[in-house]
Amino acid sequence: MSSQPPEYTLQQEEQDTAALVLSGDWEQGQHPAGFSGLRSELASRHLTHLTADGSSLGHWDSMLMSFLLQCHDCCKAQGTVFETRNMPSGIEQLLAVATAVEPRTEPAKARTSWLSQLNPQRLLREAWEHLQESLAFTGEVTVAMTRLVRGKANTRFVDFMNFCYQAGPHAFGIISLTSVLVGMILAYLGAVQLKQFGAEIYVANLVVIGMLREMGVLMTAVVMAGRTGAAYAAQLGTMQTNEEIDAITTMGISPVEFLVLPRMLALIVIMPLLTLYADLLGIIGGGIVAGGMGIAPVQYIIQGETALSFSHIAVGLLKALVFAVLIAVAGCRAGINSGRSSAAVGQAATNAVVTAIVYLIVADAAINIIFQHLHI
Amino acid sequence: MTDASPQPPHIEVRELTMAYGASVIQSDLNFTINQGDIFVIMGGSGCGKSTLLKHMLGLLRPSTGDILYSGDSFFQASEAEQGAMRQRWGITYQSGGLFSAMTLAENITLPLELYTRYTRAEIRDIVAYKLALVGLAGYQSYYPSEISGGMRKRAALARAIALDPQILFFDEPSAGLDPISSRLLDELIVQIKESMGATVVMVTHELPSIFAIANNSVYLDNITHTMIAYGDPAELRDHSTVPVVRQFLTRSAAADIEDKP
Repeated sequence: MSSQPPEYTLQQEEQDTAALVLSGDWEQGQHPAGFSGLRSELASRHLTHLTADGSSLGHWDSMLMSFLLQCHDCCKAQGTVFETRNMPSGIEQLLAVATAVEPRTEPAKARTSWLSQLNPQRLLREAWEHLQESLAFTGEVTVAMTRLVRGKANTRFVDFMNFCYQAGPHAFGIISLTSVLVGMILAYLGAVQLKQFGAEIYVANLVVIGMLREMGVLMTAVVMAGRTGAAYAAQLGTMQTNEEIDAITTMGISPVEFLVLPRMLALIVIMPLLTLYADLLGIIGGGIVAGGMGIAPVQYIIQGETALSFSHIAVGLLKALVFAVLIAVAGCRAGINSGRSSAAVGQAATNAVVTAIVYLIVADAAINIIFQHLHI
Repeated sequence: MTDASPQPPHIEVRELTMAYGASVIQSDLNFTINQGDIFVIMGGSGCGKSTLLKHMLGLLRPSTGDILYSGDSFFQASEAEQGAMRQRWGITYQSGGLFSAMTLAENITLPLELYTRYTRAEIRDIVAYKLALVGLAGYQSYYPSEISGGMRKRAALARAIALDPQILFFDEPSAGLDPISSRLLDELIVQIKESMGATVVMVTHELPSIFAIANNSVYLDNITHTMIAYGDPAELRDHSTVPVVRQFLTRSAAADIEDKP
């Protein structure tokens, strides 16, 4: 069956009425003369009546319908009466349905362009709002904490144990890998420089102090931000989408006590433990590199012991606690304040990781400066 | 079309058994749906209505049995043939299934861009027409999260009919809508179906809409795990020999229905 190209002709009938005769097959794959030509023709004729005639119409699908709808809208705008005749009944019906509801005339909402998103004033305002939100959230968490200490909070121990398990043992693999490698990197870095002074043996000091004070805890925190912080944001965001958080609130339970506290406490407990584990593995990683450069394991251990002091370990553990709180705040805040769509949940997870890493680095720098001045 | 040989039914379900692992949801389902029917899958909660729909959509594989579309088996077809069959279907999911990261216009544009050769301008006009059809003209740039639940259902319908499908599947189309919107949606479904000559398959337990629009139905029982009634719902309500079906369709408590001989 050969198909005929879709066409229309405008036939003047009386002084100010005309017929729009449609012919051919109006379906997918055909290319009709666009509507814009007809629009200008209609505008120049000032008709009172326009009748679409379908007597010689072939096959049709949505293409014809969208054309007729445009005719209808255009006639309406000009005050012309639009009618149809000899149309298949399906077309009449569909057109009636499509024109039953007035189109929304309210102007389309302005979407911000990417350029205006770079407006410094706007960025500053957003950063300020973000900071306010974070502070408010921290305040809520503090209030919940005091209720917990007084034994009044609706925090379930079971949840806490669950989150400890998710955050701790499940993270062993990746923490082992990253910390051994970081220890090795530190050792290489130091060894190349120290060799110039014939002081390779001090690699042990460098690795021990570097891991304990800085790299062990920082790497653990970065991994946990990506792993656990993002998971918290996604969990809470999905709960928000699912109206679970509304359900918790209307049961008279504070979402912060019920959802945020167990997650945060789990991180506070697990982070120092993971940090100690990472420190140990990092030092072993450094030992492997040192061994490869001719330093015997016993030598490495004895030299390392001289660098080992309680204050180094304590600094690392203190940082671990601070970082745990920051990761939990960033993750849970992003999740609780998430929008209610799948895209918003993804946004919340991204937000959680980015915010957490920024927090981590800023806090690390601040802590280092303070300790520098305190000579710890 | 001349009927030299009788045309196969539009959809035919043959000896279908659905199971998740060892637990059988429904077994021995046999029914046919003719061109132009509005077919309702009914049954109590948890009897496997949505599971049956998912089998018909090819999202789940039957344990035994087959589903035929115009005489061709879906599950024995190659992937390309399945894709071609699916292009003739329009589906709306229970909660809409609209892509939340896209505007309504983008949601409807997607299938048109993937499966048709329309130009960009033509697609834009068709999207405007589809939205007008469901009463959402002018809502092109809205995201699904910015409109109400009823509007989301209608937007999902607009996306389902984007490709002028021959079969429309609905999972609980009017769940969560007020009676007026629900009735308007029913009317819309009937009008669109009639003017496009499509077949409609829907899962619902809204009695008013079942009696208003359906002309064929199947009742799945969750005790015997098979279909216990099949036919026009109004007919089943008045003359079914199975008490539980009459009970379901008249919305009465068990005691009111005595066993018909």
